[in-house]
Amino acid sequence: MTTETANTIQAMPKGTSLWQDAFHRLRKNRLAMFGLCYLLVLIVICLLTPWIAPYGYEEQNLRLGAVPPNTEHWLGTDTFGRDMLTRILYGGRISLLVGFIATFVALVIGITYGAIAGYAGGRVDSVMMRLVDIFYALPYMIFIILLMVVFGRNLLLLFLAIGAVEWLVMARIVRGQVQSLRQQEYVEAAMSLGLSPFAIIARHLIPNALGPVIVYTTLTIPNVMLLEAFLSFLGLGIQPPQSSWGVLISYGVETMEEYPWLLIFPGLALTITLFALNFFGDGLRDALDPKASRD
Amino acid sequence: MTFTQFRLVAICITLFLTACSGGSSESRVEAGNREGVLHFGNGAEPQGLDPHVVTGVPEHHILGALFEGLVTKNPYDLEIEPGVAESWDISEDGLTYTFHLRDNAMWSNGDQVTAEDFHWSWKRGMSPILGSEYSYMYYPIKNAEAYNNGDMADFSQVGVKVIDELTLQVTLESPTPYFLQLLDHYSLFPVHRQTVESFGSMDDRLSQWAREGNIVTNGAFVLTEWQINSHVRVEKSPLYWDADEVDLNAVVFYPTENLVTEERMFRDGQLHRTNEIPLDKIQTYKNEQPEVTHIAPWIGSYFYMINTTREPMTDVRVRKALAMSVDRSLIAETVTQGVYTGSTALVPPGTLGYNPPSVFSYDPEQARQLLAEAGYPNGEGFPAFDLLYNTHEDHRKIAVAIQQMWMQELNIQVNLVNQEWKVYLDSHNNMNYDIARRGWIGDYVDPYTFLNMYITDGGNNKTGFSNARYDEIILKEAPAELDREKRYALYKEAETILLENMPILPIFTYQYKHLIDTSVKGMPDNIMGYHNYKYISLEPDA
Amino acid sequence: MWRFVGLRILQAVPVILAVITVTFFLVRAAPGGPFDSEKAVSEQVRAALEARYRLDLPMHEQYLSYLGDLLQGDMGPSFYYPGRSVNDLIFQGLPITAELGFYALLIALVIGCGAGVIASLKPNTAQDYVPMSLAMIGICMPSFLLGPLLVLIFGIWLDVMPISGWGSTPGDKILPSITLGAMYAAYIARLSRSGMLEVMNQDYLRTARAKGLPETTVVFRHALRGGLLPVISYLGPAFAALLSGSFVVETVFQIPGLGRFYIQAAFNRDYTMILGTTVFLSTLIVLFNLLSDIVAAWMNPRLRYQFKN
Repeated sequence: MTTETANTIQAMPKGTSLWQDAFHRLRKNRLAMFGLCYLLVLIVICLLTPWIAPYGYEEQNLRLGAVPPNTEHWLGTDTFGRDMLTRILYGGRISLLVGFIATFVALVIGITYGAIAGYAGGRVDSVMMRLVDIFYALPYMIFIILLMVVFGRNLLLLFLAIGAVEWLVMARIVRGQVQSLRQQEYVEAAMSLGLSPFAIIARHLIPNALGPVIVYTTLTIPNVMLLEAFLSFLGLGIQPPQSSWGVLISYGVETMEEYPWLLIFPGLALTITLFALNFFGDGLRDALDPKASRD
Repeated sequence: MTFTQFRLVAICITLFLTACSGGSSESRVEAGNREGVLHFGNGAEPQGLDPHVVTGVPEHHILGALFEGLVTKNPYDLEIEPGVAESWDISEDGLTYTFHLRDNAMWSNGDQVTAEDFHWSWKRGMSPILGSEYSYMYYPIKNAEAYNNGDMADFSQVGVKVIDELTLQVTLESPTPYFLQLLDHYSLFPVHRQTVESFGSMDDRLSQWAREGNIVTNGAFVLTEWQINSHVRVEKSPLYWDADEVDLNAVVFYPTENLVTEERMFRDGQLHRTNEIPLDKIQTYKNEQPEVTHIAPWIGSYFYMINTTREPMTDVRVRKALAMSVDRSLIAETVTQGVYTGSTALVPPGTLGYNPPSVFSYDPEQARQLLAEAGYPNGEGFPAFDLLYNTHEDHRKIAVAIQQMWMQELNIQVNLVNQEWKVYLDSHNNMNYDIARRGWIGDYVDPYTFLNMYITDGGNNKTGFSNARYDEIILKEAPAELDREKRYALYKEAETILLENMPILPIFTYQYKHLIDTSVKGMPDNIMGYHNYKYISLEPDA
Repeated sequence: MWRFVGLRILQAVPVILAVITVTFFLVRAAPGGPFDSEKAVSEQVRAALEARYRLDLPMHEQYLSYLGDLLQGDMGPSFYYPGRSVNDLIFQGLPITAELGFYALLIALVIGCGAGVIASLKPNTAQDYVPMSLAMIGICMPSFLLGPLLVLIFGIWLDVMPISGWGSTPGDKILPSITLGAMYAAYIARLSRSGMLEVMNQDYLRTARAKGLPETTVVFRHALRGGLLPVISYLGPAFAALLSGSFVVETVFQIPGLGRFYIQAAFNRDYTMILGTTVFLSTLIVLFNLLSDIVAAWMNPRLRYQFKN
């Protein structure tokens, strides 16, 4: 070929993969990028909290009592004289921890369940999905409350209880994806090559189903955090002396008239984080499949 | 703007206007003053209105309006006054009481209240099958305990006899100086036999006789409305023998579990009286509205009970160390805003003139030394333990403060565990705790109601504390001692034994805290937090 | 069509049975019986109490006798309120919660559809971003935060709204309904927006516009029906979720509805009340889902055609 042709070919933009396309679209969505940046900063701060927090977590100063924000306590103190900035940071650790871990539990259960159902098809799939439908119909709030009331409130149970509720939709999504992917030729090829079903699921189906799964995971985390905050508000979630944002908010509500900062700051922290998570999740969804119908 | 937008705006404006109109009309309290209706914030929703079945303070308030016992009390000085009984004679040895009932005490359906009513009602109250949780209030009566335990099947052996239609004779096990006070407790109120039996047997807890529309009562008020979680309304009874003395026309009781909401209701003019005051508001009210703020000593103790059967609490030095390292007055002042006062004894001071002994005081140095002697110098090796309390904002705040103090002064690790009421009771009844919060309000004004708890295997003990001399004083010597001075000396001896063994960690003496509108007259503060509706009237200051 | 309905009803039965069984045994496993009290009770009294409430029977007998009663519509006596039955309590709290749910849904529909439709008319402009961001607030601000904030602003600082109760002071139904409806308004806004967007570019609308019809007619007469279809199918689950969501709102505003009864029952270990409420609410939810599925199927001409054959 001539040099011009070669140069022209050289100048042509490289072909992009699905992921690179998606990432491009995501970059252009400013709200989503804001969400992502905020989350990354938040996670880093929360991880570093034990080292950067200005005061001890439980350090109380009874004589000081609750004071509004000032130079010594940037976000004020609560009625025990404990620094609010510190408490919100530690609360964030717990809230995020619950959010991520419970979502992870839901993820693992949901993916496994959905992949098996989607791959197996037929009666097995029917029965498994029927079970999902049954659980879906239950008023989960009632059961979670009951679970926490009955078995006491420890962190592990909280993760399990919340995770046990959120896996359902995940299972449905994965199953749907696996079902459609299963028809693809490369799967047939793999099967005729003699690959075990397990290998097929693990190596071909799941990775390709990941798109919607990632999106849904990002959108599950805020739901989980909300659920935990709600339980803590009722007194069933995180127990003192640990605090999550939900717990801080419930304390803030009690004294919101005299000391509104006790409500406003944790409330802001939770709301903004949820915003960020939702914007990012929406952005991901738009980026991965702009034609997908919302909600 | 588009049509949709216009419609939205119109709806918003309409909603807003409707809401606004709700803010400017006469407040409920003002209407109540005009109509003679008292609006009473009552705490939790009452479980029921059967005097022999219920156990709570909210029920107590309503029952006090609906029923009347043999005697009542004057709210100003807590002296006994005639109720259904217009007079009574007490024998020289203090063992026999003869009550003469008045001839015009009526049930709300027109029947007369007779001695037989009391006889039958008390049989019901003591019934081992009905299982009244206050049956121990009857125990000063001869053979009452045996009958209630099922050890004696023949009720005629119990010290209650009907002499004639209007005369009731009661025989006691030992001279019990506070016996008359017990008669004003709702567990000894009479109930209408025919009504109870028309809905089921005498012992049937689940009977519907005590519901609105069914219930028959003998007090100054009758039940007219009861909507669960909404309100209970009682109205003046024209049949009550002393109706002329009753100023109020009606009382409406509201369930107000949420302290913060209740305080706002008061501020909004929806309640004459609140059941509590949120701790954080106390300073504000004391400073700006002292005339509505009622904080007064209450015959109650706030303490932590210690499970002496569990390590490391088995060592009395550990228990004392824990007790001495709590700065009660600091917590009282700051966390509880001066509402509670620090206490280093079980019985509240001044209980009918009794002053508890002073066995220890706040001394963190001593505490550390004791802890070291017990084998945990500077808290080393001290196992972490659980501090249990029932879910409530106040208890949480106090527990958090104390937890910090122990950590700071003794360098030990304490975990806070809160359980809601039923689970907490379960843990406590099964001795499934290390240290647990406990409160005890006296049932009558005498130190005995507190000291009685800690006899060996006492149903209310649950700490593993057992002391032979203590039992001897409480069960034998004190009840037999008629002379108050001598009796108090015995009480002091017993309480000293208790405090030296420290199965409980005294923390505070209760005060009750209520907000009461200035238009309410005749609801004075007293150590039992007792009010008598006959004395209450509504007179708005001009 | 009827086969579809019948089949779904049949499928609902094992669901409800599962709910009853799970709840029954879960509740029995709880520590803290209904009769623990602060004043100690003697053994005999405790035994008598347990006999009366049939707690002394072996577990499977208790279960079977409960089922038997349930089939006759009797949910048993409340353990916590002696003399009252669970039926009494549920039917006392239900109308209030239903009314609250109804108003909340109404607000959610009006605000949600309004915002969603408006946003869809001019996508990716301010008219789109503003309502959608406000809608986000409904999703990201939990009701137990929104409620108290509204109370703080309107009930205390501005003092124009009552702060608690339901039906006792005029205007006290507004704040709770708004608080509860906010989250659903947000979802409905998003649903209606995307539904409308999908429909707006359809050919039949282009035809209508080409015919010269004014835009308002195009939107209201033609687009809405198709565009709001996703909202309709959301309604069933939404109303059911409202019932559960009412727990917090009823607690914050002290409303004597079913949600509050349930929470109190859970804390009070009122076994029969917990069971009764759970069964009742689950049945309602199953029913609503069924209804909403049927309505959505009926409204979608394609599905309707399918069922007729």
